[in-house]
Amino acid sequence: MNRIDHTFRQLRAAKKTALIPFLTVGDPDLDTTRELMRVAVENGADLLELGVPFSDPTADGPVLQRSLEIGLRAGASLPRAFELVAEFRQASQVPIILYGYYNPIFHYGGERFAADARQAGVDGILVVDLPPEEAGELLQWTKPAGIHHVCLLAPTSGPDRVRIVLKHAAGFIYYVSVTGVTGVRPMQADRVQPAVDGLRKKTKLPIGVGFGISTPDQAAAIARFADAAVVGSAIMRIVDEYRGSPDLVGAVGSFIQRLKAGMTAAAHAA
Amino acid sequence: MYNLPDRHGHFGIFGGRYVAETLMPALIELERAYRVVRRDGAFRHELARHLSEYVGRETPLYFARRLTEKLGGAKIYLKREDLCHTGSHKINNALGQAMLARHMGKNRIIAETGAGQHGVATATVTALFGMQCEVFMGTEDVHRQSLNVFRMKLLGAQVRPVNSGSATLKDAINEALRDWVTNVETTYYLVGSTMSAHPYPMIVRDFQSVIGREARRQIVRAEGRLPDYLVACVGGGSNAMGLFYPFIGDASVRMVGVEAGGLGIESGQHAASITGGSVGVLHGKKTYILQDELGQVRPAHSISAGLDYPGIGPEHAHLHASGRAQYTTVTDAEALEGLQLLTQTEGIIPALESAHAIAYVSRLAPQLSREQSIVINLSGRGDKDMSSVANYLGVTL
Repeated sequence: MNRIDHTFRQLRAAKKTALIPFLTVGDPDLDTTRELMRVAVENGADLLELGVPFSDPTADGPVLQRSLEIGLRAGASLPRAFELVAEFRQASQVPIILYGYYNPIFHYGGERFAADARQAGVDGILVVDLPPEEAGELLQWTKPAGIHHVCLLAPTSGPDRVRIVLKHAAGFIYYVSVTGVTGVRPMQADRVQPAVDGLRKKTKLPIGVGFGISTPDQAAAIARFADAAVVGSAIMRIVDEYRGSPDLVGAVGSFIQRLKAGMTAAAHAA
Repeated sequence: MYNLPDRHGHFGIFGGRYVAETLMPALIELERAYRVVRRDGAFRHELARHLSEYVGRETPLYFARRLTEKLGGAKIYLKREDLCHTGSHKINNALGQAMLARHMGKNRIIAETGAGQHGVATATVTALFGMQCEVFMGTEDVHRQSLNVFRMKLLGAQVRPVNSGSATLKDAINEALRDWVTNVETTYYLVGSTMSAHPYPMIVRDFQSVIGREARRQIVRAEGRLPDYLVACVGGGSNAMGLFYPFIGDASVRMVGVEAGGLGIESGQHAASITGGSVGVLHGKKTYILQDELGQVRPAHSISAGLDYPGIGPEHAHLHASGRAQYTTVTDAEALEGLQLLTQTEGIIPALESAHAIAYVSRLAPQLSREQSIVINLSGRGDKDMSSVANYLGVTL
């Protein structure tokens, strides 16, 4: 069974919401990313989302743009990401989703990508600029390899889009909580909840929320009704703040711990 | 019969819609609205009236006698898009799309620009229609094209300098996409070339194909038959697509797109996506792009800011792959020679973009017979380039 499915099944049985921290591969450098993956899991990450840098990240706000640019300069790439995942897999079964843009994957070749991703231990991919209509040429390789195609839905998605996306999605639905790029606007839980509740009626897949969650309180608010909270820009902002400091890894670890604590308390209250 | 794009926006294997899910509904809404207005008599009538009374169409097809004699081969005709209001063909599309935006009830227009020609055209039509306009422009280009920046501001547009990445057109496009994804419900993204996700390449081509429709009538009137060659510069490819499209079914008409060869293809410093690039996905479409071995986009280089982009419109990619059109390159130095050649033989100063087409024709025309004819799309005038041309020629103004 795919590790994403397995994890959500366990969490659902325990009535828990998944915390999915996002880390940019190569920010501040590849060795630190390895450390951050370990620390994230130690502090309560249920799944990990790894951002693979691309030169033109059109869906990302300023924090992740800068972070992805730094990752790129640090030598991050699909092969480096696969190496990190393979190494991580020797010690952990926490599911990993690769986040990125389509061109590096297209250039790598779909068949080769699927084989190498599977070999490394990647469980899902979220290709932000690959909507279902264009995804066929990649899915023909990733699907047989058992890699889930995690799809986005947004506040702008009407019933037609929801239907099309749900037909293709696997693993979980990533609900974009704000209309916009990553990490700029704070999400408002009271607006997100009706959308998530609406989706529940249409799919059995777990529903994660992301794009505007930056505080333990917001993560806790999401935990009351969603299956997962994705936190990206807020983590990479801490990486940026502590750039060059020996306290960087510790600071990220304690932030993830606070996110998790908020979510756990919320789940108990619910 | 040529009938592209297909219903998913593909030209063969190229084109499509490679955007975040947040934008998909907006693209679908845009396509629907466009399919309505393009059959709407009142819309077409108003567009035709603006093109005639405001833009100054039809533009002449001018027989370049002295240039023809100097090159000693095929007859050379210039489609004078440089005589359009605002100085380039860009206004044809900006006008059509601004009307489309108004039809859709969107009053905030965003655009990106490299050389500033599309930005100026957009700022012009938004002034004409009383709409709000914001133009994204790389800080590099803001410095290179300060005159156009001033024109846009004077026209009431807000110019938003973009500092990320290479601070040029591709980064301005990134920023425009980010703005659109954030404000999609109220904002119309006015794309300036046959680029981006479906339906934009089709919309821009259709609004620009007035160039080719006129040229076809005009050359038949002048020569009694179709031309042997059509030649146009290609960055994103809107002026070339506008000229080529009405001739696609005429198998005897050869079509040549001239890419910016920069310092030479072998130097790596160029903007020739077909000649020196490979297939990839950038800014919403699959096409030829400049990229490294890991699929990261490489910055383009051209003397001409309007051609300085690491990709090409998907329909050109298809015309290349299918063999219907040929694509070639002209270097910065050759383009400068082309600019001087046309200026001195005909008294017409072309934009550096269009000078690429002139430079290629200076190689092509002598190989053809005097009975043959070439139509060049003279897509813009050169005033905007005078300080950079002076600079390249070592003249201090």
